[in-house]
Amino acid sequence: MSEWLPPESESPEEAVPTTGPAVGRDEWVAREGERRVSRAGWAGTVEERLRRVPWWAWLMLFVAAGSLMPVFESSGYVRLVGFNTVVYMMLALGLNLVVGWGGLLDLGYIAFFGVGSYVYAIFDSAKFGYHVPSILIIPAATIVGALVGLLVGLPSRRLSGDYLAIVTLFFLELFETVATNGNQIFGHDITGGSFGISTVFPLSFAGHTLAVQHNGIFAVSYYYLAIVMFVIVYVSLFFVNNSRTGRAWRSLREDPLAAEVMGMPVNWLKLTSFATGAGVAALAGTISTALNASVYPLNFSPVVLITLYAMVILGGSGSQPGVVVGAFLVSVLLQVLQDPGQARVLFYLVIVVGVIAAYRVSVRLAIVAASTAVFGIATHAIAASFHHSWVDGAHGGLAGVLANWVVVPERLTPWVGQVAYLLLLVGMLCATQLRGRLRLVTLPPTLYLAAFVWENQMIPNPGPARYIVLGLLLIVLMIVRPNGLLGERRVEIN
Amino acid sequence: MSANGAPPLLELNAVDTYYGQIHILQALSIRIAAGELVCLLGGNASGKSTTLKTILGIVQPRNGTVSIEGEDVTKRPTSYRIARGLAIVPENRRLFAPMTVLENLEMGAYLRGGGSKEDFDRVYELFPRVYERRTQLAGTLSGGEQQMVAMGRALMSRPRLLLMDEPSMGLAPILVERNFEIIKQVHESGVAILVVEQNANVSLSIADRGYVLSTGRLVLEGKAAELRENDDLRKAYLGH
Ligand SMILES: Nc1ncnc2c1ncn2[C@@H]1O[C@H](COP(=O)(O)OP(=O)(O)OP(=O)(O)O)[C@@H](O)[C@H]1O
Ligand SMILES: [Mg+2]
Repeated sequence: MSEWLPPESESPEEAVPTTGPAVGRDEWVAREGERRVSRAGWAGTVEERLRRVPWWAWLMLFVAAGSLMPVFESSGYVRLVGFNTVVYMMLALGLNLVVGWGGLLDLGYIAFFGVGSYVYAIFDSAKFGYHVPSILIIPAATIVGALVGLLVGLPSRRLSGDYLAIVTLFFLELFETVATNGNQIFGHDITGGSFGISTVFPLSFAGHTLAVQHNGIFAVSYYYLAIVMFVIVYVSLFFVNNSRTGRAWRSLREDPLAAEVMGMPVNWLKLTSFATGAGVAALAGTISTALNASVYPLNFSPVVLITLYAMVILGGSGSQPGVVVGAFLVSVLLQVLQDPGQARVLFYLVIVVGVIAAYRVSVRLAIVAASTAVFGIATHAIAASFHHSWVDGAHGGLAGVLANWVVVPERLTPWVGQVAYLLLLVGMLCATQLRGRLRLVTLPPTLYLAAFVWENQMIPNPGPARYIVLGLLLIVLMIVRPNGLLGERRVEIN
Repeated sequence: MSANGAPPLLELNAVDTYYGQIHILQALSIRIAAGELVCLLGGNASGKSTTLKTILGIVQPRNGTVSIEGEDVTKRPTSYRIARGLAIVPENRRLFAPMTVLENLEMGAYLRGGGSKEDFDRVYELFPRVYERRTQLAGTLSGGEQQMVAMGRALMSRPRLLLMDEPSMGLAPILVERNFEIIKQVHESGVAILVVEQNANVSLSIADRGYVLSTGRLVLEGKAAELRENDDLRKAYLGH
């Protein structure tokens, strides 16, 4: 028992009367040490050991693993994905600062990524002939990003929920408009318009240029540089979060009124969190632009913003390691999902896990599984008896196995697909709203429809399909872990 | 009060506070001298919390002034008033639930850089239980413990005037008594206190003076001992 007690809970003895419960003389609360229970057996031991590993050890482990990647992987494509993942992780850290810690709904976040990118591109490209040393332009772009953040935040005076969301959304739109039409601002070309700036110089330090490619292959130096920047951002934000300001942000998010009566300068604190996040995004923009040697307005579309939010929410908004893991998973996932075969495996996996999470291992789960299977086999048999071309669409691999169950025609009449899609939406609504037996009845056809729509509509269009899988994954995760993978458990005042 | 000519620590002068079109506080005047213990009594919805909000600048009065030591702070933000020596234990405590007790205390001393060791020690001395629970999340504390942390948090800013909004709400009778003992102790250390209470009996027994609010108007004021003898008040609050 005693080894479960953390050292700090060794309570002083004086204040506690020990002679049993006396009427009217209760203790203020029962002593906690005696009430703490930990999971028994090895699981509890492992859990406790893991909890004692300090944060920097995890970070070092993570960085070491990441740094080894290029050693084992020589493909330029994979290395590029690695680089983009690190940039995403940096962006997620900044967004977490604004959303998770500051509690501000910033829908224009990606525009600050754009500000950093354009500052770098304008002052380090053949387009205008400037060649500012990287050691200057990187901090400068970061500061410009933060200042623009300050400017955007200032007019949204109280920086409260809906109002800030709409202002930042407007700012994102404004940014895109300016970037796309920036080739004719008062007769001057500043941003290159919709063609962007495509002659950006690579990073250079002390006259030494870091080539983007090495023998036609992605230069690993950028990957390592991104990792170094990521570590710097991570560690600085860690200390900010554990400073008085970081705690003030959190208390502000929790109870603005209580924070105000503690004397906190509420607006200023919100503004600093907003601007710091913007600065981090701008920083990520510089290195990303240098590597891509170009910048286009389309790089900063709302899709990127949504992806970033998915990373933060999936990982656990507010938890620094959480959003890093979230960014890593989503970024890798989006790559994996580009292959329809892999997307298919994941799709069914998510559905199976989702159903299991909803029902646990129970009789009902068995009923759902069995009736879904039977439902499919029956449907398949009926379809096949009409005409063999109705079930001839799928071949090989998992698709081949599934072809005995899901009806995949050689050519699907468009309206059938659309009706199926609509039915699926209705079925999903029923499955989430209904309870008990009714749900049990609607679930198998809905699951089957999901498979049908997936095989016939999604597999031919991998573009939207991967975002749908991502969305599904988020939904399932919200059921299983409402606060994200590593999110803090919420504590309500009771 | 201002017998020696010095301006009172806090003065509300003919304050009118509105929520939108609703007139809540009506020509309310209150003064508290340094080191005094004053209680503000009144039924539900009589405007007690609104008075405290007006003092702190969370709501702005439409007419009248709020001054601290003679300085008109009516137009000043809340943080300025806190810096001038006010602090509050809010109604329902309003601790920062997902933060530890220690962090809650630190936030109380936000304007003083997070508080010195002496500040923490002073709170721990008043509330040994708070020390024992310092690494626990505030949201998981019992109601009584939360009350102690809320009070400790307010004391962390070394206030000269402590405002307390219904500190004994939800406490067992024995804890109410204990709570008022602590209030007295804090008062004896030189802090002026304005305590808002429904419990007229106990609060008048420790207060120097009292005010009684009824639908936003001051209906009674005077020395605590006199108020205790007042027939109307006894009928309304003391029940005998
Ligand atoms: N933000 C607000 N907007 C509109 N009306 C409000 C607002 N806050 C309080 N009121 C109203 O003002 C009146 C006085 O409220 P106040 O909180 O000051 O009462 P109180 O004396 O503290 O009561 P209690 O003892 O129940 O806490 C109430 O009728 C309340 O409904
Ligand atoms: Mg009240």
